[in-house]
Amino acid sequence: MSLLAIFRQLNSHGVLGLNGRNGRYIMRCNNRRLYPFVDDKILCKQRLKEAGINVPDLLGTIATQHDAAHLLGKLHNHGEFVIKPANGSGGDGILVITSRRNQRWITASGKQIDLPTLEHYVSNILTGMYSLAGHPDRAMIEALVHFDPVFGDLTSQGVPDIRVIVYHGYPVMAMTRLPTRQSDGKANLHQGAIGAGIDIGSGHTVNAVIQNYNVHEHPDTGAGLTGFQVPNWEMLLNLSAKCYDAVPLGYLGVDIVLDRELGPLVLELNARPGLNIQIANGAGLKPRLNAIDRLIKTTPSDSTPADANQRVTEACRLNAHDWKL
Amino acid sequence: MTFPRLPHWLVLVLILLITGLSATLYKVTELGFPIAPDEQSEAWTVQARVQVRATGGPVKVNLRLPGRTPGFNRLNETFVSRDFGLTLENHRRGREAEWARRRARGTHNLYHRATWFRSPGEASLPVSPQYPPVPDLPEPFATAAATLVEDVREHSADIASYTAEMLRRLNSSDPSQEIRLFLTSPEYGSDWTTTAQLLLAGARIPSVQLLGIRLNSLEQRAPLVRWLAIHNEQNWLFFNPLTAEQILPDDFLLWSIGDGPLAWVTGAELTDTQITIQRNSLSSLELATQRAAEKDSRLVDFSPLGLPLHAQNLYQMLLMIPLGALMIVLLRNIVGMRSFGTFMPVLIALAFRETRLLAGIILFLVVVGVGLLLRFYLERLRLLLVPRLAAVLTIVVILLIGVGVVSYQLNIEVGLSVALFPMVIIAMVIERMSISWEERGPRDAMIEGAGSLVMAILAFLVMEQMFLRHLMLVFPELLLVVLGLTIAIGRYTGYRLSELGRFRHLAKPPADTAD
Repeated sequence: MSLLAIFRQLNSHGVLGLNGRNGRYIMRCNNRRLYPFVDDKILCKQRLKEAGINVPDLLGTIATQHDAAHLLGKLHNHGEFVIKPANGSGGDGILVITSRRNQRWITASGKQIDLPTLEHYVSNILTGMYSLAGHPDRAMIEALVHFDPVFGDLTSQGVPDIRVIVYHGYPVMAMTRLPTRQSDGKANLHQGAIGAGIDIGSGHTVNAVIQNYNVHEHPDTGAGLTGFQVPNWEMLLNLSAKCYDAVPLGYLGVDIVLDRELGPLVLELNARPGLNIQIANGAGLKPRLNAIDRLIKTTPSDSTPADANQRVTEACRLNAHDWKL
Repeated sequence: MTFPRLPHWLVLVLILLITGLSATLYKVTELGFPIAPDEQSEAWTVQARVQVRATGGPVKVNLRLPGRTPGFNRLNETFVSRDFGLTLENHRRGREAEWARRRARGTHNLYHRATWFRSPGEASLPVSPQYPPVPDLPEPFATAAATLVEDVREHSADIASYTAEMLRRLNSSDPSQEIRLFLTSPEYGSDWTTTAQLLLAGARIPSVQLLGIRLNSLEQRAPLVRWLAIHNEQNWLFFNPLTAEQILPDDFLLWSIGDGPLAWVTGAELTDTQITIQRNSLSSLELATQRAAEKDSRLVDFSPLGLPLHAQNLYQMLLMIPLGALMIVLLRNIVGMRSFGTFMPVLIALAFRETRLLAGIILFLVVVGVGLLLRFYLERLRLLLVPRLAAVLTIVVILLIGVGVVSYQLNIEVGLSVALFPMVIIAMVIERMSISWEERGPRDAMIEGAGSLVMAILAFLVMEQMFLRHLMLVFPELLLVVLGLTIAIGRYTGYRLSELGRFRHLAKPPADTAD
């Protein structure tokens, strides 16, 4: 197919490109003033907690080198935790500790780490190595999520998560990111994790890709990737819609993990969610965003559903009509 | 009338494009600024030398100077006066230079030098015609003149043909009795031109004698040429007094109007007056600038061309940076390439200007490669961020110096220019690349690193384009066009070229979407 033909096809399918996402949606719908509440994971966690949304526990924050020695000392007793830069981007700088053995911590990928290494790691975070503009940053220590084995054979290692795009409070597209051996246990599509699109109405996986290629079976376990029912789907949708009430960004990505004991937890919010979700779903975002735009335009402003549950119902209704209403 | 309402940004873009392009167009068509570099125009450097031999008393030397000349313009004018004081005077008959000295002895040379170039426009004289009275001649000249005037008038239709006929008779190999009378008389027959003027006055035709030189004459000592101009109540018409042709040669440079010598001296002996012509070519740019200055065009005053030459180089580079940035905008937002740092490639491209392309790429790869290896070693030392950056910077400087010294020893001159690499930028590239390497793997790091290099090369190729560099320097208003294009691309929300590949599996014909 010629490039022009691809261009036309993508356009007719309503696939959103980076320029379109930035120019038409992020810049128009997302108030810059709210960015700190998603870019800074500590602030984000606070906001979400205040709105009554479940998040992974914050074990502590480190703002200075002095804090680092103090706090990391306390972690001797902890065998499981995650260290993140508060202002990291794209999953950079996240260190997952899963156990402790022989005075060393063991990372999710099996590396052994001693206290000086960890201190160095934290001080790198503090000096801003992972933050977007290189500003000094804070490190946060978060409780490790014990992921719910509901995904069964769909995961081989690491923690799968669910990403929902919430547009003006309406969930419009969702996928689950399943780590693989190739992605080193990380739920990062760039590194080879599976992206499986989820039908908004039913919670079934409809399509799965690795990088840009369609896959039908899990490369590590051989399990079929489509037709899987994500449990408690409506609850997950409600949860993601509620995140809009906590941080009212018009174009919002919500990352959810399922904890064995605590249920669904919102891991983080994203003001610039990626576009790979379209590949995972085999569908473009624009028809859905347009449907929501039409919906908002036709409903009088005083009768806009303030309730997240109502918005989810509306979204499911639109989805049932293939977003053509 | 209703116009479709244009979006604000589009109006702005259109204003920028139209302003920039129309200013450029005006400069090209009206002021003659060259679009292509290295366009040459003919120019002549004309030097007049007056040589006097003085005997000790006060000396005054006068030289007639060309003023406004039809068909030509003066670019620059210099006088070499030595110990003489110089004053310039404007008379009705033209400009004059007067050199004066209280006491002078021996031979002195005084010079006037000017460069002339063609200036399009109507050939006209800077003087208004004066209608001469019918000359009061003694007999037998009065009768002869009357007969001649009557006869010539019979054989002509208008002023131009009258003049031509009169000149023809004067130049005839077998002149009539009346003509012979005039030409042989010591009083009126000193030269044809004067005689012709006298006879034209008989018909009350205003005429002036022109003194000039032929610029294309190849002689060492350019001869002064007399020409005749008559006024036909509308225009000045030009005649060659020797052939009676109505013509003004396109290489005739008018020196002065009216008769009289070119130079005259009081208090000393005029030993020589010499005019030499040197033909040379001049860049059209210089001429256009001059022309614009004459038209009093502000557009040129506020252009980098008005700056001193050494500053122009700097500003030329400055003018190219927005083009480099536009290139980056294209590559990032339309093509979808990735690089370390937004405008880092532009800075690398600037460094390539000195090193040239191939050497620049090799040097860049060497410095970044070795720097990256050392940076991986530094990682093991667990340094804090800022000291680590400083360490990387120091390593980069050491590498740059090392490359310079080694290449000098090996007689590779270009290696020395490595010192012009933006070291802070390179240190940041190394740092960002090593982080990218560890976080996202070597593949991503390589893609971004190669992307940076390719963007730098493309930016360099654009910024080094001779044609574009010339355009930007001569027409800096094109920056408005660059700005307009940048804004327009900023509003482009379509796909990037790379996304066509990334999303290509979504681009199926509608029938297959169920798959």
